[in-house]
Amino acid sequence: MPISESPDNTPSLPTPEVKRPARGSLSLIWLVPLVAALAGLILIVRSVVQAGPTITITFETAEGLEADKTEVKYKDVVIGKVQALALSEDRSHVVVTVDLNKSASNVAVEDTRFWVERPRIGLGGISGISTLLSGAYLGVDIGTSTESREAFVGLEKPPSIAHDLKGRRFSLHTDDANSLTIGSPVYFRKMPVGRITAADLDVDGKGVTVQIFINAPYDKFVNTGTRFWNASGVDLTLNAAGLKVSTQSVATVFAGGIAFQSYNEEDPSQPAKENAEFTLFSDQATALAPPDGIGIEIRMVFGQSTRGLTVGSPVDFRGITLGVVKSIQIDYDADKRDFFTNVDAEMYPQRMGPAYSTLLKTQQQLGLGPEDMVALLVSHGLRAQMRTGNLLTGQSYVSLDVIPTAKPVKFDADARPLLIPTAPGNLEEVQAQIQSIVRKLNAIPFDKIGNNLHETLRSANGVFKQLDQDLAPQAKKMLDEAQHTLQSLDQNLASPDAPLQQNAGRTLEQVDSAARSLRGLADYLEKHPESLLRGKAENPEPPADAGKGSTP
Amino acid sequence: MSSLPRAIDLKLIGCQACGLVLDNQHQHRDARCPRCEARVYSRKPDSLARSWAYLIAATILYIPANLLPIMLTTKMYNTESSTIVSGVIELWQSGAWDLAVIVFTASVVVPILKIVLLTFLLLSAQLRSTWRQRERTRLYRVIEYIGHWSMLDVFVVALLITLVHFHKLALVQAGPGIIAFGAVVVLTMLASMSFDPRLIWDTKEPDQRPPQNG
Repeated sequence: MPISESPDNTPSLPTPEVKRPARGSLSLIWLVPLVAALAGLILIVRSVVQAGPTITITFETAEGLEADKTEVKYKDVVIGKVQALALSEDRSHVVVTVDLNKSASNVAVEDTRFWVERPRIGLGGISGISTLLSGAYLGVDIGTSTESREAFVGLEKPPSIAHDLKGRRFSLHTDDANSLTIGSPVYFRKMPVGRITAADLDVDGKGVTVQIFINAPYDKFVNTGTRFWNASGVDLTLNAAGLKVSTQSVATVFAGGIAFQSYNEEDPSQPAKENAEFTLFSDQATALAPPDGIGIEIRMVFGQSTRGLTVGSPVDFRGITLGVVKSIQIDYDADKRDFFTNVDAEMYPQRMGPAYSTLLKTQQQLGLGPEDMVALLVSHGLRAQMRTGNLLTGQSYVSLDVIPTAKPVKFDADARPLLIPTAPGNLEEVQAQIQSIVRKLNAIPFDKIGNNLHETLRSANGVFKQLDQDLAPQAKKMLDEAQHTLQSLDQNLASPDAPLQQNAGRTLEQVDSAARSLRGLADYLEKHPESLLRGKAENPEPPADAGKGSTP
Repeated sequence: MSSLPRAIDLKLIGCQACGLVLDNQHQHRDARCPRCEARVYSRKPDSLARSWAYLIAATILYIPANLLPIMLTTKMYNTESSTIVSGVIELWQSGAWDLAVIVFTASVVVPILKIVLLTFLLLSAQLRSTWRQRERTRLYRVIEYIGHWSMLDVFVVALLITLVHFHKLALVQAGPGIIAFGAVVVLTMLASMSFDPRLIWDTKEPDQRPPQNG
C-alpha cells in the first residue's frame, strides 16, 4: 500500500499537538555519566590523596601480623594498614610494608618507633589485653623529628616511654647492670617516678650506661647533686641496732630498680639538664657517702704475699675507706732476684672529709698540688700496710697509716701512678720478730750443751759411786758409836738414881729455903722499912692494928 | 521481515498513555497527545543517547564499586573492610561455596553481563544491524528481567547493617563501595529502560523516506 494514500485512508486521525517544554535540551542526559565520572574521579582522587606514605618496618618475626588486616594504631586510632609481609633478602628479618593514611603522613619521621602490640604479662602489669580478641596490631610512638624516613626497624617490645610523655631523660653510668632491665622503675622516696628506658654496655665494654626517664613533674627533683643508686633486691644490714631489711618495693626485689635522692637535701643544687650524666652507685650507703672528688692512682709495692687481697679490696685510712684496689700484679726484680707485687689502687682523698679540706687549705697556702700533699704525708711517715680484715675468711685490705717510726724514703711526686711506700703489716711484724727469735734460738749450740751436760752427769755419777763405796761403812760405824754415847748419857741423866738427879734435888731444896727466907725479909722490910736505916728494933712494934689506932 | 510496514512507515503514532492513534506526518519532536496531553513518540526520544549516558555512567561507577569496601565489619575491636570480590573469596574459603556462587552471580556476573550486553545492543542498534534481530529483542527482555537481581548485594548489606548492631562485639557498617554499586545497578536499569527495543528493528534510515508533507 502506497504511503501517500494513508492520509486519505485515515482522514479523521488527529494530529499531535506541539508543545515545547520548558527544558528542551536533551543533552542534559549526558550529565549523568559526567556526574558518575566526577564521582568516580573524586573517589579515586580521594583515595590517591588519602594514601599516605608507604613505609617498611623490619621485625624479628611476623607473629600475629596479617597482610591487609593488621592495622597501625596510634592512641587506638587507625592510621594505617599492613599492606604486605615479606622476608628480608637474607631471611633474617621480616619486612612489613605499611600504607599509612594521608592524615598520618607526618608519622613517618626519623625517631618514630613501631612495635607489634601483643598481650604481654610483665612485672609492671599486663598490657595489650584487647589484642587477645582483636589480634595483634602495630603500635606507633610518633617522633618529634622533622626529617621523614621510609624504612624503620621495629621494636620487639613496646617502648616504655612514649615521645609525648613529659619528663626528662638522664644517663647513669655503672660497673654492671645488676638485674636492672628496661622498664625497671625509678623510685624517689619509694614512689615510682620513672623508668629505665635503655641499658647498654659501653662501647669499650668497661661499664654499663643506663638511660632513665623521670616523669614530669618529678623530674625537677633531679638536680646536679642528686645521687642514684641501685635499689634492686633486698638490702640486709646487720649492725649494732640489729638486722634491718629494706627494699623499695616488692617489684624491685624481682625486677630491679633505681632510687635517687639529693646528696644534700638542705642545699638544693641546680636542676639537672636533660640527658645529664650521673654515676649509679651500688647501694644507698655508697651513694650518699661524701663526694669522692678526683681519684688519684696510687701504686704500692709489697714484698710479701698478697694473699687475701683482691681487686675491690678497700684502701683504708684509719678506718675510712679511701679507695679500692684496682689491680694486683706480681713482678720480678732482676737485680734483687726477688718477686714483688704491684698493687694499684684508686684513692679518693676527698673522702677524708674535713681532714682533706684542712690539708688542702694548708697546701694551698703553701702553693702545693695534691701530689705534694701525699708527698708531705709520706715524709710524715705515711705507709701502706696489708692487714687482715677478716680472720675467718682471710680477707685483707690495704691500710694507709702514718707510722712516725718509719724510715724516711724518697718520694717522687711526679710519678704516675704515685708510688706509696709500704711497711710490713702488724702480722708481718710479729712474724718477723718471731722469726728473729727463732733465728737466735737456732744460734744456741744445743748439741754442745747437751754433750757437756752428759759428761758432767757421768762424772757426777762416778763421784756418787765413790761416796757410796768409801763413805757409807764409816758413816754406819759412826752412827753406832753415836747411839752408844747417847745411851750412856741417858743413863747418867735420866734415871732417878743418877747422881746428877739427886744433886739437883738437893740444890732445889736449898734454893727453896733461900727463897722462903727472902720472902720473910721482904715482908719485914715492908712493915719496917726504917729497919734498913736503924737496924732491927728491940721492941717490935705491935702488929698492924696498933698502927691503925694511932693514925687520926 | 524488514519489508513489513512499521507504524513509523505509515506515519502513525500511538499515545502510550491513552492509546489514541495519531497522524504523525510532521514527526515533531515535542508532540503531545491532544486527548491526554501525554508525550507521544514513535520511538523513545533520544533513546540511544540516554542509554549510552546511563551505561557509561554505570561503567565508570563500576570501578569504585569493586575497589572500595562495601561493608565494614567490626568484630571484637577489629574492623575489617570487605569489597565485593573479597567477600566472595571469603565465603568461598569458609566453605560456603553455594552462597559464594550466588553472590558472585548477582554482584559480579549480572552487572558485567548487563553492561556488556547493553553495549552490544546499543552498538548493534546504532549500526542498524539486521543480524538476529529477534534474538536480540529476546536478549533485551532477559536483561530487563535479570537487572533487579543485582540489587541482592545491596539488600544483603542493608539487612546486615540493620541487624548486626552489637557495638564492639559485632558491628556492620556500609562502605562507600555499596553506594557506587547501588548506583551501578540503578544506572544499568535506567539504561535498559531508556533503550527502545523497537530500534533493533529500525534497520532502515528514517530519512530514507522523508515526510514530503512536512
